[in-house]
Amino acid sequence: MTTDITKENPEAAAVPPSGAAPAENAKKVPQGHRRLLTRRDRITLGFMAGLPTILHIALVWVTALASIALAFTTWDGIGFDSIKWVGLQNFKELFEQNPQFWPAVQHNVIWFVVLIVIPTPLGLFLAVQLDKKIRFSRVYQTAFFLPVVLSMAVIGFVWQLIYNPDTGLINSIIGANEPGKYIDWIGDPDLNLWAILVAASWRHTGYMMILYLAGLKGVDPSLREASSLDGANEWQTFKNVIFPTLRPTNTVVLVVTIIEALRAFDLVFVFNKGAEGTELLSILVTNNIIGESSRIGYGSAIAVVLLLISLVVIIPYLVATFRKERRA
Amino acid sequence: MQHFTPSGLSLPSPNRRTLLRGIGGAAVLGAGIPLLSACGGSGTASDPKTVTLGSKASDPVPKKAFADIYAAYKKKSGITVDVNTKDSNTFQEQINSYLQGTPDDVFTWFAGYRMQFFAAKGLATPIDDVWKTIGDNFPEAMHKLSKGEDGKYYFVPLYTYPWAIFYRKSVFQEKGYEVPTKWDDFVALCKQMKKDGLVPIAFGDKDAWPALGTFDQINFRANGYDFHVDLMAGKASWTDAKVRKAFDLWAEILPYHQEGAVGRTWQDAAQTLASKKAGMYLLGTFVAQQFTNKADLDDLDFFAFPEIDPAYGQDTVEAPTDGFMMSKSPKNKAEAVKLLQYLGTPDAEDIYLKSDPSVVHASTKADTSSYTALQKKAYDMISGAKSLTQFMDRDSRPDFTSTVMQPALQKFIRDPKGVDSLLSSIERQKKTIFASS
Repeated sequence: MTTDITKENPEAAAVPPSGAAPAENAKKVPQGHRRLLTRRDRITLGFMAGLPTILHIALVWVTALASIALAFTTWDGIGFDSIKWVGLQNFKELFEQNPQFWPAVQHNVIWFVVLIVIPTPLGLFLAVQLDKKIRFSRVYQTAFFLPVVLSMAVIGFVWQLIYNPDTGLINSIIGANEPGKYIDWIGDPDLNLWAILVAASWRHTGYMMILYLAGLKGVDPSLREASSLDGANEWQTFKNVIFPTLRPTNTVVLVVTIIEALRAFDLVFVFNKGAEGTELLSILVTNNIIGESSRIGYGSAIAVVLLLISLVVIIPYLVATFRKERRA
Repeated sequence: MQHFTPSGLSLPSPNRRTLLRGIGGAAVLGAGIPLLSACGGSGTASDPKTVTLGSKASDPVPKKAFADIYAAYKKKSGITVDVNTKDSNTFQEQINSYLQGTPDDVFTWFAGYRMQFFAAKGLATPIDDVWKTIGDNFPEAMHKLSKGEDGKYYFVPLYTYPWAIFYRKSVFQEKGYEVPTKWDDFVALCKQMKKDGLVPIAFGDKDAWPALGTFDQINFRANGYDFHVDLMAGKASWTDAKVRKAFDLWAEILPYHQEGAVGRTWQDAAQTLASKKAGMYLLGTFVAQQFTNKADLDDLDFFAFPEIDPAYGQDTVEAPTDGFMMSKSPKNKAEAVKLLQYLGTPDAEDIYLKSDPSVVHASTKADTSSYTALQKKAYDMISGAKSLTQFMDRDSRPDFTSTVMQPALQKFIRDPKGVDSLLSSIERQKKTIFASS
């Protein structure tokens, strides 16, 4: 890099000496835009706009479209000539034969519903309480927000210490690690998804709390004053005055939660690698694509399903947003 | 004029410079992408005194043991082995793109189907000339393991270790148990252990692969080595009555396995054997790593999985074998051949085992005088075997074992009654996977 800079310096110095130039320039400004941009400017601009565009197209669009195209092929990743078109075969196989696919779709949906129903109201509740400027507010705020700072993988490790069926906290306390009374939090498909969702909610609550707290700080204090003058109690004030003003925050919360539900991966992967009961679409994609003899076509088909689900959610949101902007 | 254009479109020069620096950075990044995907193939192409070697031995003990071999080779031949070590999981995940990019001349890999898969794809060089000199060092079973589907050699084995049933000598002595050699004795022993308040068979399948080992043992004891090979290669059907029989036998002993296996790692299961809460444990010899107390380790012993069908006896041993292969177009082929010839000698194996005593020699000519009792037994078991199998995911397509078999066996462990629909589901998925390439 240093050589680049030194190379650049003489060039920069070689810019025509100032003096006559600005005056000349100033004279010509009214005559049109063209002269405003020198050749160098245009090259620079070309780089500024062109390079990100190329990178964006190459890394986002080409890969996304390639992955859609690959969904209709089989490919083991070895040489391009081994790509074979199979039409809808991958999808047929996915829908009809893969015993993990439908559970995975179902679990992604459950993930979203649980995050909306439990941690979101809880986060709102905590935010409202903290917004009252109670004592030690900062301490509570930090405590609840702390899990959000941790990576999901770390959260997975921490909660495994709690759920480990032999040596974990819960089973040790309630004595459920003995034969006969055994509770297998990680292996039992009726339990493990809920066990993981508790861990996910633990983190999500803090996230929601911070979002709502930011929203509440933006509520005009005079609204509260007015409603208390009107004789509204605390609940009425919240329900009829404060909550409606949180509408933009709610939109953000909804979007964030949808994203969290669709990208759910790391926590489960650390917890039990998506074993029975905790299958997720993202984990199926990974298991099929990464590895020694990968099923890239099949994995891409699962990714396309994930993409379609995302679009079903995102398109209505974008349509609504654009409509609002047009009205504004 | 660069500095003060009225439109503000042109940037002040310091910013422009940082911008250009950014572009330079992006260019470097762009150039870095193919490098990354090629897994950093070494650039010492023309140096005749160097052979490059890609290694997955990233753990400290094997890493040092391998380094000792290469150091000894340099002393002997004057050739430098330029080692490119990567985290073993990453190495395995990227092997595909690694071998297609600019791989090192020689790389560490596994014997069996996984080796044959890349050989059949043309991503490895046949090394029949190497085997001309090292052939005598290895038993017949190792010869069989080192050949590709085309009958040519592609692999040089270095070390191996068997799977067996581990137990504590003191527990067996105290309770008067005898090592079972027949299936019925084994089941009777399980019953007795349960009565005595022990967990008969320790079991942890959280990582999803240990159950593959249990299936392997039951399957080749009941149906023989050839059926195992056919089944793993996708030729035999999973709905065959023979497979069903293996699962029935498994279901018979499943109640004697440790409860909640899918939530437990093999390390935790090994602890129940170490603490004498469990009577037996089916695993590879690496289970000894969990016996950190010297007295406990000395108390550890193992026996071969009991006979099920007298026609096959106990003649098959599951013994995953690690070694080396040559990439498709090595830059320094002449020296790579010589290196592989050295790696196939008993000397190289001796050096390795000096630093890593958890495994045994693949060669029958190596020095076994420093072996521990466990190693001696493991060595005898392997050299006395008629056929050696690899672990299921090394004997079959890894994509099949990881995406189909691992979840299927976890399902079976919890719900052995659903075996029929499970087997037909395995068979359907197998057909599409094996048909794909």
